[in-house]
Amino acid sequence: MSKSEKEALFSTKNKKLLTTPLNDENPITVQVLGICSALAVTALLEPAFVLAVAVVAVMGAANVIISVLRHTIPTRIRIIVQLVVIAFLVILVDQVLKAFLYDVSRQLSVFVGLIITNCIIMGRLEAFALGNKVWPSLLDGVGNAAGYGVILIMVAFFRELLGSGTLWGYPVMETLGVYRTGYVDNGFMILPPMALITVGIIIWVQRSFNRKLIESN
Amino acid sequence: MEELTNIFVRSVFIDNMVLAYFLGMCSYLAVSRTVTTANGLGIAVIFVLGFTVPLNYLIENYFLREGAMVWLGPAFADVDLSFLSFILFIAVIASMVQLVEMIVEKFAPALYSSLGIFLPLIAVNCAILGGSLFMQEREYANIAQATSFGIGSGVGFYLAIVGIAAIREKIRYSNVPEPLQGLGITFIITGLMGIAFMSFMGIAL
Repeated sequence: MSKSEKEALFSTKNKKLLTTPLNDENPITVQVLGICSALAVTALLEPAFVLAVAVVAVMGAANVIISVLRHTIPTRIRIIVQLVVIAFLVILVDQVLKAFLYDVSRQLSVFVGLIITNCIIMGRLEAFALGNKVWPSLLDGVGNAAGYGVILIMVAFFRELLGSGTLWGYPVMETLGVYRTGYVDNGFMILPPMALITVGIIIWVQRSFNRKLIESN
Repeated sequence: MEELTNIFVRSVFIDNMVLAYFLGMCSYLAVSRTVTTANGLGIAVIFVLGFTVPLNYLIENYFLREGAMVWLGPAFADVDLSFLSFILFIAVIASMVQLVEMIVEKFAPALYSSLGIFLPLIAVNCAILGGSLFMQEREYANIAQATSFGIGSGVGFYLAIVGIAAIREKIRYSNVPEPLQGLGITFIITGLMGIAFMSFMGIAL
């Protein structure tokens, strides 16, 4: 991709880098990357949001670092270099979470560490940051991480609302008085398998609106 | 011995890597189109987990934990390097994957050619790093237990991926709603498999 130096910071092409991962190229529902951590932390909104922010931070920074170093990294050892860069950033995030948001950090348990092997990050470093300039790489990283975060927050929203009747710990269902009509929380939504089914339904809805994403069996 | 069997059964069925913790989902979804390839990846994962978990257990207990380095001398008693665990674990995994690849190539060429590209890909499979991180979190008492946990998790992954591959081979002949075809239906089937595996939770070990 050749780009002129004078190109505006938010030219159409750059905007596209930021927005296509939100829908057409969504990392989770289209590229099938980074699902591992996406599902396990989505029972409540707060940890899901924190993880999404952590991934945006790690991914933006990793894309920038790899993009800066892209001419110096020997191709044969690039995977180890990428892993080290990501691991270094994740350690920073982990220490920050432990210091300032200890409860959430406990809830996320191993999933902060698993950002290292989150295939979105590796995938975007390989596919984009190694061959592009710093600014587009940053946009690409933030865009993809945001696409990931959006799905994470959507899944968490439905699971927390239907499963515990709360949103971010605030008892929405009780305030609305839904329980008096005989409504009962569906505890099933909190269990792990429902995360998969929720993502499946999100994919279903997305593809019914965006029919070019439909794949043949 | 009983303890080891318990840990093994627990990690295969109750704490199944894929169906209870969603680890290794990326390769689980990408490599489950046919049973043959799923079989290959499953075996490779058992291999790598069986090696890396005990190895990382040793690193954790002799280098990283607070006071773990006391065998070097009393001056090291309060050294706590546990913040380094991510970077060391992933380095061990990347090099173990490389090593396992070379060993398999030398001593089992048939298996090597059937595994093909999947061996190197395992380095970034979250189930592998997850195995080491869970080992760290659960604080197993000795290396035998850690090994049993590692192999058990691998077998759990194997069961899940071969199961979904068999279902996907069959479902090709079914009439799935268009927007659900491929990825969507695979997610939902995995969810249903997860619900089925949850029935193991009642088993007390």
